[in-house]
Amino acid sequence: MMIKESYTVVQGDMTAAGDVSAKIKRQMKRLGIPTTIMRRVSVCTYEAEINLVIHAYGGTIDFEITAENILVRVRDNGPGIPDLDKAMTEGFSTASNEVRNMGFGAGMGLPNMKRNADEFTITSEVGVGTDISMKFNI
Amino acid sequence: MTIAEIAGLLDATWLCCQEEAQREIHTAFASDMMSDVLAYVKEDTLLLTGLINSQSVRTCEMLDVPCIVFVRNKEPQAEAIEMAEEIGLPALKTPYTMFEVCGRLYAAGLQPARLV
Repeated sequence: MMIKESYTVVQGDMTAAGDVSAKIKRQMKRLGIPTTIMRRVSVCTYEAEINLVIHAYGGTIDFEITAENILVRVRDNGPGIPDLDKAMTEGFSTASNEVRNMGFGAGMGLPNMKRNADEFTITSEVGVGTDISMKFNI
Repeated sequence: MTIAEIAGLLDATWLCCQEEAQREIHTAFASDMMSDVLAYVKEDTLLLTGLINSQSVRTCEMLDVPCIVFVRNKEPQAEAIEMAEEIGLPALKTPYTMFEVCGRLYAAGLQPARLV
């Protein structure tokens, strides 16, 4: 049971937002990953994908399934998060009204990802980009 | 209760996947914010929403939500219904407001989703 894939997410394309997460979910289903784990991974990849579309200049999602873990790494090339502590606070959001009209931007994304992953690390630098690694035990 | 019973209580119109009418539903969550749905919904939870774009359906797919009901007589976007059909998600629409929909279903015994 080994899978390693990399997906590109395009900036601003709200209609396609979620396509990558749906592909990842289908892979997990096919491999018989337990439903509870699959749901947690799906929530995290979807939140991450939405962030890439609405906040970043697009980015990549690397997805890997090993015998023991599922690894998700999300990277972008900016703009970067100026205050990570604030960004990790529930309810804090810098999303536009347009994004809110699409049902997002409640300031739950990053905290929700942290809650659902068994391990969560985030680094970000303004002008450089954001790098998130998440690990889920199978 | 079954989706068929829910459809009856809400005078709802089926948008797709009516063959799933006998699926059992125990809990429901109501929100127009998908961020909140993603944060609070567990499996087997019906989603009541006024968000009619495809992100509402995508959110259901990610969470294995068994049924989506669009409230306030809103007509979901065509892409949303197509996507629901494709993933086998029963979708309905009801003429009632969110408040009334919640009241009707709560009175009939449907349980709220529990916040962690």
